Amino acid sequence: MVKLTVDGLEVDVPAGSNVLQACEAAGREIPRFCYHERLSVAGNCRMCLVEVKPGPPKPMASCALPVAENMQVFTDSEMVRAGRRGVMEFLLINHPLDCPICDQGGECDLQDQSMGYGADHTRYREPKRAVRDKYLGPLVKTVMTRCIQCTRCVRFATEIAGTPELGATARGEAMEITNYVERALTSELSGNLIDICPVGALTSRPYAFAARPWELRKTDSIDVFDALGSAIRVDVRGTEVLRVLPRVHEAVNEEWLADKARFAIDGLKHRRLDRPWLRVGGKLRPAGWTEAFSAISARVRAVPGNRVAAIVGDQCDAEAMLALRDLMRSLGGSIDCRQDGAFLSPARRDHYLFNSGIAGIEQADAILLVGANPRHAAPVLNARLRKAWLAGGLTIAGIGQPVDLTYAVNWLGTGLDTLAALHAGEHPFRETLAGAKRPAIIIGPAALRDPAAAALAWQLLLAVDGVRPDWHGYNVLHGAASRVGALDLGLVPTGAPLARALHGAADLLYLLAADEFDTKAISPDTFVVYQGHHGDKGAAVADVVLPGAAYTEKSGTYVNLEGRVQRGQAAVEPPGEARPDWAILRALSDALGHGLPYGSLDAVRQALEAANPVFGLLDAGPALGAMGPEGPAMPDDSVGRAPLAELYANYYQTDPISRASPTMAECARVAAPYPVAAE
Amino acid sequence: MLSDQDRIFTNLYGQNDWGLNGARARGDWDGTAAILARGRDALIEEMKASGLRGRGGAGFPTGLKWSFMPKTSDGRPSYLVINADESEPGTCKDRDILRHDPHKLIEGALIASFAMGAHACYIYIRGEFYNEACVLEAAVMQAYEAGLIGRDACGSGFAFDLFVHRGAGAYICGEETALLESLEGKKGMPRLKPPFPAACGLYGCPTTVNNVESIAVVPTIMRRGAAWFSALGRPKNTGTKLFCISGHVNKPCNVEEELGIPLRELIERYCGGVRGGWDNLLAVIPGGSSVPLLPKSICDTVLMDFDSLRDVQSGLGTAAVIVMDKSTDIIRAIARLAHFYKHESCGQCTPCREGTGWMMRMLDRMVEGRAEPEEIDVLYQVTKKVEGHTICALGDAAAWPIQGLLRHFRPEVEARLAAYAGRHSLAAA
Repeated sequence: MVKLTVDGLEVDVPAGSNVLQACEAAGREIPRFCYHERLSVAGNCRMCLVEVKPGPPKPMASCALPVAENMQVFTDSEMVRAGRRGVMEFLLINHPLDCPICDQGGECDLQDQSMGYGADHTRYREPKRAVRDKYLGPLVKTVMTRCIQCTRCVRFATEIAGTPELGATARGEAMEITNYVERALTSELSGNLIDICPVGALTSRPYAFAARPWELRKTDSIDVFDALGSAIRVDVRGTEVLRVLPRVHEAVNEEWLADKARFAIDGLKHRRLDRPWLRVGGKLRPAGWTEAFSAISARVRAVPGNRVAAIVGDQCDAEAMLALRDLMRSLGGSIDCRQDGAFLSPARRDHYLFNSGIAGIEQADAILLVGANPRHAAPVLNARLRKAWLAGGLTIAGIGQPVDLTYAVNWLGTGLDTLAALHAGEHPFRETLAGAKRPAIIIGPAALRDPAAAALAWQLLLAVDGVRPDWHGYNVLHGAASRVGALDLGLVPTGAPLARALHGAADLLYLLAADEFDTKAISPDTFVVYQGHHGDKGAAVADVVLPGAAYTEKSGTYVNLEGRVQRGQAAVEPPGEARPDWAILRALSDALGHGLPYGSLDAVRQALEAANPVFGLLDAGPALGAMGPEGPAMPDDSVGRAPLAELYANYYQTDPISRASPTMAECARVAAPYPVAAE
Repeated sequence: MLSDQDRIFTNLYGQNDWGLNGARARGDWDGTAAILARGRDALIEEMKASGLRGRGGAGFPTGLKWSFMPKTSDGRPSYLVINADESEPGTCKDRDILRHDPHKLIEGALIASFAMGAHACYIYIRGEFYNEACVLEAAVMQAYEAGLIGRDACGSGFAFDLFVHRGAGAYICGEETALLESLEGKKGMPRLKPPFPAACGLYGCPTTVNNVESIAVVPTIMRRGAAWFSALGRPKNTGTKLFCISGHVNKPCNVEEELGIPLRELIERYCGGVRGGWDNLLAVIPGGSSVPLLPKSICDTVLMDFDSLRDVQSGLGTAAVIVMDKSTDIIRAIARLAHFYKHESCGQCTPCREGTGWMMRMLDRMVEGRAEPEEIDVLYQVTKKVEGHTICALGDAAAWPIQGLLRHFRPEVEARLAAYAGRHSLAAA
């Protein structure tokens, strides 16, 4: 620790800190534009000037100055104020005075700081600079004349996103930020450029001219577009969700958010189910709730209980899943959450969790990716893997179709036979795993479709000492936000995944927002109930459609891939006659004569906690270490040699909401062919 | 006056052979192995005792700079980088060393690298110096072939490689950390300091960046001794220096002289005096375009060394003396320099990126007189807001010439503005 004083206040900060951090520790806010905690230090905006003694008789940039013992820092001296006023004047001379038409207005660092250090008039009588706008794709809108050349975007793209597509051309006044070729950005994290841009140069294209920040009602929620459970804030005006922004959660998403989570929300306005529908004479027609319930009830009475089955979708909240589970139990039917057909067992929690934890994966020193594409399945997690890789000392290998993950991956093979070879000790990479202090395996959906993959991976990891009381390197990379919560509720029938053997499996199939399986496999004589929020694949084959609520319209509990239980709040009311899903199931259960024993959201949550105590541990991080050495059961089936399928071929359209989103459709249209890693 | 025996650069004007034979005839490469045999510490002490101050402009003691380099390696190699990106307007001293006496530089590079434990040295030469780079590269090949540098330099057992790297013509690449960036293949933008190059320089390794002239005088200092060198010049401003005198003199030239020679003597003895006589002198920029100009009243008596010029709020810089007689439009002359700095600003940090353009435009209008009188104060304040607020010294270099103008020639600026206002109020009436 280093002791220094800031405006006379004594502070202790870790050695290697910079003066700006020391000032923050002393509670002094330092204005800055280019400095960002998670990016490298550029020191170019010169706004964070402070006076330092002992030191030269000129103000110093605090972001680039390491602390020293007994340093005296002055953050508000006349020299400092004059310096900052000077920098502010320079920033403003070529910055357009277009705040009234700028989307950054009201949440602009430059606007805010100019209140503190700006003059009330300009002394600049020369023509202002104008800079041509750049095309960066359908998500990021540019007004480059507003750019103050802080290079935060360049550093984010290069360091965090790992897609070095932005840079600065020319020099001096003529310096411009550009991607040179005017093609859409290829990063799945490009929306974060909007957040880190301190001015209105990079703003959200879909949100352009939509609202002012002070008009928005802000609701804390949880993202459901991947299994990471990123903390988000839903901004609403009236009944419309206008934008989604990340909240800071150091253990989960730090302060980043994937593009789908941020921009797919315009899908919430399209193809919505806002009333019940009933199939009559082969065509769906609008119906009332009572009519729809009686149709279901008639069918339920006509079929035996064991011929009733349910599949839950990828974005369901735990409350709805519990209600459906309890209803199925009372009817005697089965229920499955694995609509992608993954072989996952709910028997032990660490068989299906990302056990090292999202933040904990940074501790790993050797990682084997098995059928996992974290860049698509969880872009923010991928950024964390890249961060760990950049820090050094991390070796990453992969089994599956080679893809560019923004860090170096040693692709060992495309099929699970490679995993078997590693397991048998016939592959040189096993030495790397065995030599690592904290080896980890990240197993993804493409591999889990093989019944032996999980067991093989576990046994391999166990053999290289990656499953032990102080480190658990077995990590399942789920693609679905609902999956861990569903497994915590035990939504798995005996036998193979339901989605694999649908034909003739049930006379009544209840789909809870489940669209990601082959609906053609459903027998024509199966009666299908679809409860969900979008008229997607599931609704198209349904005999009864019940309008549910999307994630922004209901208070829901979600469990992310590391087992963290989090709660999102309803930001808006569901459209039309749509209702929160647990409430629909509660009402339906009455109509079926199997009334569920809870009548309020609180009661559902108590039942959730009763069903599995983990639901009571809100925001609890993953447990450290393994519960025991026993892994997932090894089936008799031999391991397939066929190449693993790439599960997420199109990142932008993976669920009912993003498929309904015009923005995501445009992203998919302009997306470059997915970059394949060099051999 | 410097006697001929005390001159270091005896082929400054290129009358003799620049090649190895010519260099040997002038005494270069004589007993180099014996110099190296004195050991690293002795060489650095000799440099400190000589009092040599860096010839690139800042005047930092060279021996002290060398002593910052690590004595034992932590696994990283050390590098010497020689800054031959001579781009300061008015300066042409390194160019004559490179093309007429390259072996002095090569021998100096070997000795300096040895003193700092650097087995590799890079010479970053200005891109426009095409012919000079050809000569230098040929001289390097001669030295390799003669075994003077290479695996066993001069038979000393010390392995030493020398690389010549051509720049692409950016002034900012003469700033030492921008030079390192450029050498690494990146955009030439100055780095934040600390860390200083001696701790983390080229490719993240300990590096010293020295000017061509600073390195080229090293062999002679080692041969003739620090006492000889420090006896020349004035206290704390020792030794000889190449002066480049250009502008309104009868015979512009490069000349080696002792530090501390009076400016007037320098001009009158070597350049045939100011065009039209000393009384026709208007002002002198004594150290390259980035230092404030001096009016004739100061030029009458000022001595040409680091401390004397600092005392009159200017600087020795690269000792590029730009002489302007009374035919000069001094406002336009400084406006031209403002153009240069606006063009060469790298654009990285705010005050320089925005300030250089602003200053240039204000000065452009003042050349015509098309400005309000209070804008003179605005201009001065802008220079003060650029100076000392930037990552590198280019901001200071852009501000100082303008400060010099306003310090010494403010009445001329005011008169120009008044004349314009007079013309235009009459036209309006």
